[in-house]
Amino acid sequence: MSIQLWIPNIFRGEDTRPLRLISILLFLLIWEGAALLANLPQLFPTPIAVVTALGQLLVSPGPPGVEWAGELMGNTLISLWRVIVGFSLAAVTGVLLGIIIGWWRNARDLIEPVVELLRPIPPLAWIPLAMLWFGLGFKPAVFLIWLGAFFPIVLNTVLGMESTPHKLTEVARTLGAGPWQVLFKVGVPSAAPSIMAGLRIGIGIGWMCLVAAELTGSNSGLGYMIMYYYSTMEAAKTVAGMLMIGIVGFLMFIGLKKLEDRILFWKAA
Amino acid sequence: MSGKKLVIENITKTFLEKKGGKSTVALRDFSLEIADGEFVCLVGPSGCGKTTLLKLVAGLEQASSGSICLDGKPVSGPGPDRGLVFQDFALFPWRDVTANVAFGPEVLGVPPEERLRTARQCIDLVGLSGSGHKYPSELSGGMKQRAAIARALANNPKVLLMDEPFGSLDAQTRSQMQNELLRIWQDNKKAVVFVTHSVEEAVYLSNRVVVMTGSPGTVKRIYNVGLPYPRSRADGVFISLREEITGCLSEQCS
Repeated sequence: MSIQLWIPNIFRGEDTRPLRLISILLFLLIWEGAALLANLPQLFPTPIAVVTALGQLLVSPGPPGVEWAGELMGNTLISLWRVIVGFSLAAVTGVLLGIIIGWWRNARDLIEPVVELLRPIPPLAWIPLAMLWFGLGFKPAVFLIWLGAFFPIVLNTVLGMESTPHKLTEVARTLGAGPWQVLFKVGVPSAAPSIMAGLRIGIGIGWMCLVAAELTGSNSGLGYMIMYYYSTMEAAKTVAGMLMIGIVGFLMFIGLKKLEDRILFWKAA
Repeated sequence: MSGKKLVIENITKTFLEKKGGKSTVALRDFSLEIADGEFVCLVGPSGCGKTTLLKLVAGLEQASSGSICLDGKPVSGPGPDRGLVFQDFALFPWRDVTANVAFGPEVLGVPPEERLRTARQCIDLVGLSGSGHKYPSELSGGMKQRAAIARALANNPKVLLMDEPFGSLDAQTRSQMQNELLRIWQDNKKAVVFVTHSVEEAVYLSNRVVVMTGSPGTVKRIYNVGLPYPRSRADGVFISLREEITGCLSEQCS
């Protein structure tokens, strides 16, 4: 009773693309059909309406400061900039703290309880406080991205540092390496795969936090844009914005994965 | 062979267990003198403290009592004058062979060109010429161990400490590596302390075989292997010595 019974021969080859393409086409078809049946164009737009909305958003003027880029790309640029700043801060502070906690036992006992105390609070629960502290716009968004990305980066860095093989630090010491050389020439490179995994998780959560922050505490960015068209009942433009959020998130993930493969080339071989 | 290179005197090593505060004696009153250029093998039952002894000489552990002197100077911590080779190679997977071998000179502050030259010499010496750009994940077990030996040699240590270095290799690679090691040793004339489970390997390689007792570890008996190199495993003297040491290991000697 295998699935092959009813899949035509041409789809059984090495090439998985035909089937994957069909999957997407089928999804669009069902969407289109469901939207036509529902017949509520304001609330449930068809794919074609979304594409049209995308086109309109590309040419309508962008938010203040980036009018030239158009509404969609302008808001994308604003969101991207926030994520780049927030994520970079999280990467630097998270990796540094993770190295310290993961390498020295005393530092671990001193810092880890606080980290464990704050970690279970979902980043989104910080939104009210972020708005109280930083107002609207760039700063609270950056703060939330930093907060969301920080913890997975710290935890994964700690994990990587702690699992540095004992044999490798021993052999480095017998070869004459001092404590700092052991840390930077053995500990950190050995933790690199784990650190990269933390960065990958961090950027995903950071992107999520950004959209949440823009939904409530901002008057620009992709999150703000989809919330704005909710208030004007233009669902097609909201969905177009959602699509963009998905695409940017996907591209960031791919970019980081490429970077990871380049840094960790020695693992694959 | 001239003079005492490494002098191990009345070493006792006690480990404090984490739970219950009980202590175990890994080595008791262990003494051994190793001459310059001498090849000494340590054999003994599992857990007799062979590895502990190597770690003490390497300076990775501190003895509870007794002293270890290299060229008359007491050993107080790890240092480049003693090269250590592990059974599982312990190569840095993110460094290619050349960078692995150059690690010692690098951390000791040798200029890049000079340490590359040293690395290349050591790589040639262990028979890895042309594989310098390869990463550990691309190497076979035998090649990894050659790289690890080259890395230990790159600091030009006075003593080479080897902890069952061929234990994880298949039989054929193992016997090949034994011959390679003898060639390297004869070229360099460094003192070698070699821990092994295999009596045959010990008799094939070393000038002296030190048989240790089980826990706590101490010297049971020392055998001189007077046979000239290269040795034949089929030689009558070789076989009778191998059998005698094997017998001693299973406590048929005093």
